[in-house]
Amino acid sequence: MNRVVRFLAVAASALLAFPTLAQTPRYGGELVFPVPSEPPSYDGHREETFGLIHPIAPFYNTLLRVDPFDKTGTKPYPSLAESWTVSADAKTYTFKLRQGVKFHDGSVMTSRDVKASYDKIIFPPPGVGSTRKGQYSDVAAVEAPDASTVVFRLKNRSGSFIASLLSPYNFIYKADILAKDMHWYETHIMGTGPFTFVEHVKGSHVVGKKFADYWDKGKPYLDGFRAVFMRDSAAQVAAVRGERAQIQFRGFTPAARDDLIKALGNKITVQESPWDCILMVAINHQKKPFDDPRVRRALSLALDRYEGSKALSRIAIVKEVAGVQVPGTPFATPPDELAKLAGYWPDIEKSRAEARRLLKEAGVPEGFSFTFMNRGIPMPYEPLGVWMIDQWRKIGLNVTQRVIEPAAYYAALRKGEHEVGMDFQCGYIVEPDLDMYKFLSSSRNPANYGYYEDPVLDALYDKQGQASSVEERKQIIRQFEKRVLDEQAHYLMTLQWHRTIPHSSRLHGWTITPSHYLNNTLDTVWLSQ
Amino acid sequence: MARYILKRLLAMIPTLLGVAVLIFVLLRVVPGDVVEARYLGQGSQYVSQDLMNIERKKLGLDLPLWKQFTGWMGGLARLDFGVSMWTGSPITEEIKLRFVLSLQLALMASTIATLLAIPLGILAAFKQDTWVDYAVRVFSIAGLATPSFWLGSLMILAMLIVFKWVPPMVFTPLWVNPWENLALLIWPALAVGYRYCAVGTRMMRSTMLEVLREDYIRTARAKGLWMKLILTRHALKNAILPVLTVISTEFAFLLGGLVVTEQVFNLNGLGMLFVEGISHRDYTLIQALVLLVATFFLTVNFVVDIAYGWIDPRIRYR
Amino acid sequence: MAAAPQTLEELSRAPAPRARWRGAIANFVRQRPLGAVGAGIILLTAALALTAGWIAPYDPLANDFGAMLSAPSAAHWLGTDAFGRDVLTRIIYGSRTALTVGLGASFIGATLGSLIGVASAYFGGRVDMLVQRVMDVFFAFPVIILALAVVAILGTGAGNVILAIATPMVPRCARVVRSSALTVREMPYVDAARASGFGHGRIILRHMLPNVMAPILIMGTAFLGEAILLEASLSFLGLGVQEPIAAWGLMLRGAAVEFAETAPWMAIFPGLAISLAVFGFNLFGDSLRDALDPRLRTQ
Repeated sequence: MNRVVRFLAVAASALLAFPTLAQTPRYGGELVFPVPSEPPSYDGHREETFGLIHPIAPFYNTLLRVDPFDKTGTKPYPSLAESWTVSADAKTYTFKLRQGVKFHDGSVMTSRDVKASYDKIIFPPPGVGSTRKGQYSDVAAVEAPDASTVVFRLKNRSGSFIASLLSPYNFIYKADILAKDMHWYETHIMGTGPFTFVEHVKGSHVVGKKFADYWDKGKPYLDGFRAVFMRDSAAQVAAVRGERAQIQFRGFTPAARDDLIKALGNKITVQESPWDCILMVAINHQKKPFDDPRVRRALSLALDRYEGSKALSRIAIVKEVAGVQVPGTPFATPPDELAKLAGYWPDIEKSRAEARRLLKEAGVPEGFSFTFMNRGIPMPYEPLGVWMIDQWRKIGLNVTQRVIEPAAYYAALRKGEHEVGMDFQCGYIVEPDLDMYKFLSSSRNPANYGYYEDPVLDALYDKQGQASSVEERKQIIRQFEKRVLDEQAHYLMTLQWHRTIPHSSRLHGWTITPSHYLNNTLDTVWLSQ
Repeated sequence: MARYILKRLLAMIPTLLGVAVLIFVLLRVVPGDVVEARYLGQGSQYVSQDLMNIERKKLGLDLPLWKQFTGWMGGLARLDFGVSMWTGSPITEEIKLRFVLSLQLALMASTIATLLAIPLGILAAFKQDTWVDYAVRVFSIAGLATPSFWLGSLMILAMLIVFKWVPPMVFTPLWVNPWENLALLIWPALAVGYRYCAVGTRMMRSTMLEVLREDYIRTARAKGLWMKLILTRHALKNAILPVLTVISTEFAFLLGGLVVTEQVFNLNGLGMLFVEGISHRDYTLIQALVLLVATFFLTVNFVVDIAYGWIDPRIRYR
Repeated sequence: MAAAPQTLEELSRAPAPRARWRGAIANFVRQRPLGAVGAGIILLTAALALTAGWIAPYDPLANDFGAMLSAPSAAHWLGTDAFGRDVLTRIIYGSRTALTVGLGASFIGATLGSLIGVASAYFGGRVDMLVQRVMDVFFAFPVIILALAVVAILGTGAGNVILAIATPMVPRCARVVRSSALTVREMPYVDAARASGFGHGRIILRHMLPNVMAPILIMGTAFLGEAILLEASLSFLGLGVQEPIAAWGLMLRGAAVEFAETAPWMAIFPGLAISLAVFGFNLFGDSLRDALDPRLRTQ
């Protein structure tokens, strides 16, 4: 019985996820989509924003990619590499490259290009910036023994190495160009991707057109695409509503989704997913009374996360109650387990009573005031801030909000000026090594804005990375989570972001993932009549 | 006259230099810089100090301030505005399209303001202290009192709900596609123009009242409105001058000052570029923009003064 | 305008018997009905701000998710916002923010501006020259950039917003006041004061400033409405006062835009509140201008 139900559920979700597989893709058409921010430069190795991925990714390929039809956004999938093998000691990764891949200038892509691109990312020469260098600290060398083979040699075994190659930013560039000018790609575009660059009108749009010589025969389906830069979210929604654009790939608010459905009915298809981004609260251990774990626990206990989830998911881009992993992903704590952590108890009255007791015990008086530092970004920083301040008021804390302009915000966090401040993490892939790095001691992670040292926590982190089985790793992650969120309450989690993409029902071949950085090559996307 | 023009032009230089120093200093006092804006707060797990140093060096942010300033001034002397720190492209290229948009919007709004202000002001003056006068004043002051971003939002919403109409996504220059161009700009121009007509209407009303106090007009009191209008047509020219002055001063403000309206109407103009530049800490871009707007402002004022004297010979230049 | 008080001393000494005031008010209402309407609106706003604690039906801060996004009803006359907070309550409390920022900014702007203007006119020569050049610089500087920069440097919050709004007002006020003060400087009583050896500060404050009160008052009231509007714009951009403090511009932001179609009351009523208040100040200011100096044209 149980199995039947599960089978049906799987079948149903498969049908829901890939309604497109049943139809034959149609060729032609231009995909138009608004992008909420404009790319600073064109060099993916240097930038950190989706504003680069959405308009620029279609011009490039990466070595590996995430399976474009995998809703969890975690399955490695071949791209320029056709296949790969891992040595027995897990320190050598060998990639077999696809043959006959051409750059937009007509030249053939070889292992030299892959090596040159990865050398630029991992071992940038002096004067060249690479933002993801730190992610590859385990890599000893990148080699190209022959034209169709690339080998990565690691210093230590690493559980997350393949995941790190899935980064959508790691465009493969042409070695000859890089040899001449390492900065060329900052202001020019030339890759192997399914689309070639037509124009970028500053402050307006980027246009790409189909690359006839694309290696994946039969793709892309679209004749071209037009990425239009629109800062204002209401204008983006209006563009989809007026059917001037088919999709916006970052995500809309629940209100926008409801308006679109109301206005366009079945001309709109909605895809939703938990979003691999979360706002968390850094509690500065250097400021009294926040050096006291009882006070920090009280701050977390005050939050009615379940009511918050229900209410805020109507007005903001947040939804799931989450621990240190995105809910629903392999290493995430199941809800009933999570409910045992402080601040996640289902009984909020009990929680608040405990919070008040802890504050009293720690000598924090009723009506105690402190400042909550928040970042000047409307969604979802503002609603979460309003919500938390009200929740803290309910345990007798009087909190004022100090909002700092986005560009100055991290300078303030880095100075440690805050008592309690909003912090943010967002990844392209759900992977414990990447997601939990944030919580390590300040001495190991300079971006720890709680400013604490916790060797026990660091040891747990290292242990989970070396775990021999998935079950074991899960257990250690559970311990890590209990320590960081409950016992020590170093950081506290708000709600997981929730990605909502209402798009034109004419758009097919695109599957939502937990990350707005993924799945933007547009090779599989097509438009029906 | 020629000497006066030259003197006025030369007087602009110290003012512009002052503006340059002011914006240069202000930008450096604001916390954070372009490199932090680029790499911190994107939510990524690894932040490398190393990388930030490399990028700072590349942009010349490690140089002493006086060197940065003289470098900028040197470039300006050669009419080289430099490249944007954020995008690395030439600033002229960044500004080009946005300037066209802002200029056109400012022109359209000023035209609408003038076309509304002059007849309304004259009407109010002729009908002073009657209900017509009150209605005109309430109408124009209400325009001044309504936040244009709010009015704009209501306009957009009304058109969306009533006419199911959505403005074009991007700005197309007038000479490329006039229809698309106007469809985008007419609404913000109306919202802004209505707002600015209030200032002009008030000015028109009071100058007109002065004209009407002249004796020969008073004698025409018994005659009708048209009679009065004909009698005053010579005086009208002088009465309109101050109105034009006020509106052209506003026009210079409009060029860089429509931040909120541009946001509401999703226009990629200079106002939005200002906001983005500030939030990216794009020093070179903001510096160039501020100088551009200041120069424009001074030039408009200068032209207005000259035109003033040309139309009204009673004014003598010192 | 019969015999306006000539100096500050006279102003403060001026007898104010009730009957005279009542007569003056009646006169003002009769002659300038629009100005009287404006004054009425101002008084109403001030009354709301002062009595907010007693008359507001709800707590302006407490979230009530059970009532979120409810339409106007008997319980919530103007509906509730995305956090279930009563819109009417927040509008009433918002008048405090508007008046504080408006009065603060226009007071600082007008005071500083007139001091600079009078001093510049009084000293004349090189000092005047220098002050004028500095004012030119501020004039040519885009207002919004000045405000953005001040907020970026000092941070958000009511106090800093007041400064951000007051800064661009200073040179405008200084310019107008200076031109009035230039004529005052030539008056015999200023010469007399100088001859009797009074200090510069005394002459500026006691002899010149009181005689340019009319333009200062006019500028000040004009600034008030403008300041309230600017505060709303800055808050709308997220650069003004911050949640959970109630402020009109803040109420027009975020959810008010998001839910403009399904919950229009969130956007309409605070917008009306801003318009009405600024309208009141402008009507009053306009009439005041007419009354004090019908020929004063300068902005």
